[in-house]
Amino acid sequence: MPHVAFTSHLQVFFPGLRDGETAGTTVREVIDELERRHPGLASYIIDETGRLRRHVNIFVGDEPIHDRAKLSDALRSEDRVFILQALSGG
Amino acid sequence: MSSQIILGTRKGTLILDRKAGSWKPRPIAHAGMSISYAARDARDGTIWAAMDHAHWGPKLSRSKDDGATWENLSQLAYPKGARFVEQHLPTPDLDPSVEQPTTLKAASLLKVWVLAFGGKEQPGTIHAGTMPGGLFTSRDGGDTWELNRPLWNHESRGGDLFAGNPTSRNDWGGTPAAVGYGEFVPGIHSIAVDPRDPGRMLLGVSSAGVVGTTDGGKSWKAMNKGVLNDYLPNPESEWGHDPHFITQCPNDPDRLWQQNHCGVFFSEDCARTWKRVSHKDQAVHFGFPIAVDERDGRTAWVVPAHSDAQRMAVSGGIFVARTTDGGASWKTLRKGLPQENAYDIVYRHGLDVRGDVVCFGSTTGNVYVSEDRGDSWQCVGNNLPPIHSVRIS
Repeated sequence: MPHVAFTSHLQVFFPGLRDGETAGTTVREVIDELERRHPGLASYIIDETGRLRRHVNIFVGDEPIHDRAKLSDALRSEDRVFILQALSGG
Repeated sequence: MSSQIILGTRKGTLILDRKAGSWKPRPIAHAGMSISYAARDARDGTIWAAMDHAHWGPKLSRSKDDGATWENLSQLAYPKGARFVEQHLPTPDLDPSVEQPTTLKAASLLKVWVLAFGGKEQPGTIHAGTMPGGLFTSRDGGDTWELNRPLWNHESRGGDLFAGNPTSRNDWGGTPAAVGYGEFVPGIHSIAVDPRDPGRMLLGVSSAGVVGTTDGGKSWKAMNKGVLNDYLPNPESEWGHDPHFITQCPNDPDRLWQQNHCGVFFSEDCARTWKRVSHKDQAVHFGFPIAVDERDGRTAWVVPAHSDAQRMAVSGGIFVARTTDGGASWKTLRKGLPQENAYDIVYRHGLDVRGDVVCFGSTTGNVYVSEDRGDSWQCVGNNLPPIHSVRIS
């Protein structure tokens, strides 16, 4: 099962969020599984069209995902997924 | 006297309580998060804040215990299939002589710009104005929200784009306030619910104008007769106007005020017609917020700014202007306000009045309160984050 790691900033909104294994063969399936575990979490990562939010990024290993619109990037069970936010603001 | 002021700021929600004759801020809520609008629902006391988080998307937050704890809500979202006609940013390389192809874009929530509460006989009814150009209504206290489709599908916006391609011309332009989000889309920033009949509502839309319904949102029409748009070839066009804020007198609801990009406008017939009551060569003309007295619909306050080209205090001094005669004359009010080296600008939701209390907050983080209808002012905070909204309760 892919291992998912989160930016600690998401724990402000979801204090129970922990890094760990999450079922899914695509990035979107992982997001859907996370939404089942933490209702509302998906809306922090993707918008209502399913697109990755502008200032959020997801890496699989060292590579950012390619499909920001549908999150169709395939995952293998040994993959490590990182859900990150851009460094921005003021 | 009013006892609480709620500020939506660039760095959180600030509540000021009036205690022992002065206004005391509480510790900031939603620390670090931009709050586009915050207000209390007088019907049940719930405090609402519209979170404008750059990374994680706009969300609503509510407190049912006077700000002690907050609950974040993700339910306000555009339904699947909601699309709009894309506008093109007026960038230097955009050639206006070349007709742009009509393209449609799937809607996603950019910003909750304003919240308004339904009538006294409508417990749980809350309205939200959004970018891009949505009016959402909740009838269960904010647990679920529904996009108003008659307005979204209005013929002035290309018709029903859920069903297919545009069947009419889109007359709703983008608002410059959306450009910071990387988009050029319309936004609904004002919602006036008629206290006589909550099925009658008026909305302020940037950049389209005022739209109204008299049947609870089943049908809508433009309410811009008399509004003059100085930057269009036809200043009296039905659409294309840029109201900055509109407000309705609670006890005299046929009277409404509009601070527009092109001056201050006043209506005495529930927005069927408007009359400009400012002049570009006078101090009162350009600005963003406007507030009307609760009882007397002919009395209103504005915080003027220097022209759309500068957008800051006039001649380095902050003042509020008040009319008591429907805009025939304006009195400038400066006592207690800085009169030199001040460049503050007050956003459209940054001014409010309740009884004799008037309050405004600027993007420079200054908040001023008057307890005598604007005659004199005291500063209640001048190192605050930029102020997006001020609401007195």
